[in-house]
Amino acid sequence: MKWGLLLLSLSSFVFAADAQFSGKRDLNISAIVMFLLFVVATLGITYWAAKRTKTAKDFYTAGGGITGFQNGLAIAGDYMSAASFLGISGLVYLKGFDGLIYSIGFLVGWPIILFLVAEQLRNLGKYTFSDVASYRLRQTPIRTLAAFGSLATVALYLIAQMVGAGQLIQILFGLDYEYAVIMVGILMILYVTFGGMLATTWVQIIKAVLLLSGASFMAIMIMYKVGFSFESLFSQAVAAKKSASIMAPGGLVSDPISAISLGMALMFGTAGLPHILMRFFTVSDAKEARKSVFVATGFIGYFYILTFIIGFGAIVLLTNDPTYLDPIKGGIIGGGNMSAIHTAHAIGGNLFLGFISAVAFATILAVVSGLTLAGASAVSHDLYANVFARGRVDEMMEMKVSKYSTIALGIVAIFLGIAFEKQNIAFMVGLAFAIAASANFPILFLSMFWKKLTTKGAVWGGSLGLLTAIVLVILSKAVWVDVLGYKTAIYAYGNPAIFSMAVAFIGIWLFSLMDQSEDAQKEIEAYEHQFIRSQTGIGAEGASSH
Amino acid sequence: MSQHVYDRVKANPKFAELVQKRSRFAWQLSIVMLVVYYAFILVIAFSPATFAQKIGEGVTTVGIPVGLSVIVIAFVLTGIYTQRANGEFDDMTNQIKEEVRSGE
Repeated sequence: MKWGLLLLSLSSFVFAADAQFSGKRDLNISAIVMFLLFVVATLGITYWAAKRTKTAKDFYTAGGGITGFQNGLAIAGDYMSAASFLGISGLVYLKGFDGLIYSIGFLVGWPIILFLVAEQLRNLGKYTFSDVASYRLRQTPIRTLAAFGSLATVALYLIAQMVGAGQLIQILFGLDYEYAVIMVGILMILYVTFGGMLATTWVQIIKAVLLLSGASFMAIMIMYKVGFSFESLFSQAVAAKKSASIMAPGGLVSDPISAISLGMALMFGTAGLPHILMRFFTVSDAKEARKSVFVATGFIGYFYILTFIIGFGAIVLLTNDPTYLDPIKGGIIGGGNMSAIHTAHAIGGNLFLGFISAVAFATILAVVSGLTLAGASAVSHDLYANVFARGRVDEMMEMKVSKYSTIALGIVAIFLGIAFEKQNIAFMVGLAFAIAASANFPILFLSMFWKKLTTKGAVWGGSLGLLTAIVLVILSKAVWVDVLGYKTAIYAYGNPAIFSMAVAFIGIWLFSLMDQSEDAQKEIEAYEHQFIRSQTGIGAEGASSH
Repeated sequence: MSQHVYDRVKANPKFAELVQKRSRFAWQLSIVMLVVYYAFILVIAFSPATFAQKIGEGVTTVGIPVGLSVIVIAFVLTGIYTQRANGEFDDMTNQIKEEVRSGE
C-alpha cells in the first residue's frame, strides 16, 4: 500500500516533469535528482516511523520522547517556511533594511512563548492547546471554539503555503502548477497519515538542517566575496543600487498604529499558532520544553541574519548582471522572491541552484505537514473525541478519525491551492497571525494566568476577537481593495491585531466577571488545582515507555 | 493526582517561593523583550532618521547593528531564562515533589 502510493507519487512527478518539455522553463536535472533523494529519504523515515506509531500518543506527540534539541530544530523547521526564506531575502533585496523589520517581528514572539507559555503548556496539555484552554472550563464550547480557531489558522496558512508551493515549483522545476500542488498534497498526506508526529518531526529536522546548511553556505560565500566585511558588503550594495535608501527604514512601516499592530500580531500570533504549540507536547517535560525554545530561537535568529546577508548579497550580485534581469518587465526574472534562488546560481552554478531549489521544496513539505497534523488533531482530538463523543471514545477510533481527517485536509488543501492559484493571497498569512493573536492566544493565556476566567468569558471574548480580526482584515486594503476591487479601504491600518486583541481581552474580562453562575464558581475554584500542576508538573503527561 | 498531594504542595512554603521567584523572573524578562522590541518599532514609526544616521565614514547606518542586536538579545534572553529555570527552579520543584512524597 505504502510503496504503491510512493510509486504513484513518483510516477506523477516524472509524468509531470515530462509534460513540462512543452513548457517554457528549462528542466533542472540536478534540482530534480536532489529533490527525489529528499523524497525517498523522507518516505523511508515515514516507513520507519509508521512501525513505531501505534497509539494516539505516538501519533499526536511522537510518544513524547523527542529531546529538547531535536524539538528545537523541528520547531525551527516548522517555522522557517519557504515564504520566510524567499520572501524575507527578497524583501531585503528590494528594500534593504525594511526586510530586517519583518524578520525581527517573526523572532520576538519566541522569548514570550518561553517565558509565559511553554512550560505551563507542557505541564497541562496532552495533544493540543485546547487541552490546556479547556482544562477547568466546559469542554464542549471551549474545544469547539479552540478547534475553530485552530482550523481557521491552519487553513489560511495552508492555502498560502500551497499556492506559494505551486508557483515556486512551477518556476524552479518547470512543473505544471496543478501537478506541483497535487504532489505536495500527496506527499504530506503520506508523511502524516502513516508516520504521524514522528515522521513529521524528522521531516522538519532534516529540512531545517538542509535549509540552514544551504543558507550558511550562501552567506559565507557572499561574505567571502566581499572580504568578510559588512561595511564592504553594504557599500557594494549601495553602489550597485546607486542609492543609500536601502540602509534606512523606508516606509514599509508607515504609521505608528500599523507598526504597533503588526508587531502585536507577529509577537503574540506566534504564541497562538496551533502547529507550533503542538510541538511542545512532543518532549518529555518542562525542562526539555524550555530547551527546545532556546534552541529554536537560536536557529531561527541565526537564519534571519543569514537571509539578511543573502538579501544584500543578492543586491551586489544580481542588480547589474543581465543574466538575471528580465529585459521586458525590468527587475530580476520572477520578481523579488526569486532573488535567493538567482543568488544561489550566481554563487554555485546549476548544481547549487538545484540544491537550493530542492531545499525550498523540502521546506514547503515540512511546513505543510506540521500544519496538516495540527488541523487533523483539532478535528479528531477536539471535535470528534471530546465534543462529539464527549470523551467516551477508544484510542484506535480516535486515531482512525485523525488519519481520515489528514487525508480530507490534504485533499481540501489541494483543491484550495488550485482554486486560489490566480487570487491575491498576500493577506492570508497576516490574517492567520491576527486570528492566532486575537482568539487562540488570549484564551490560552488567560486560562493559564487569570483565575476568574469562566467558560462564558472565554467563549464570548474569544469569538469577538476572532470576528473582529476577520472583519477588519476584510475591510483593510489587502482584501477590500486588492481582492474585492473597491477604491479605498474602510479600515486604514495594515493589521487588525491592536484592536482585535483588545476586543478579545476586554470581552473575556467583562463576560467572565458578569458570569455569576454556579458553574463559573466551580471553574474559578478549579484554578488552584490547575495552577499547582502548571507550576510543578505534578500529574503532567509523561513520555510513553517505548 | 489526588487532592491530598495538591494540598501538601500548596502548604509547602517552598512552593510559594518558587512561584513568586519564577513569575517575577519570567515577567521581568518579558518586559525587557517587549520594551526592546517596541522601542525598535516606535523609532522606526516616529523617527526613522535616527536609524538612518551613518556610523563613521562608511555607509553602515545605526539601524543595522541595532536591528541585529534585537535578534541577538531575543536569543540571549531565552538562554538566561532556560539556564535559571532548568537549574535553580527545577531544583526547587524537585525538592517540593520530594518533600510531598516523603511526607506521605
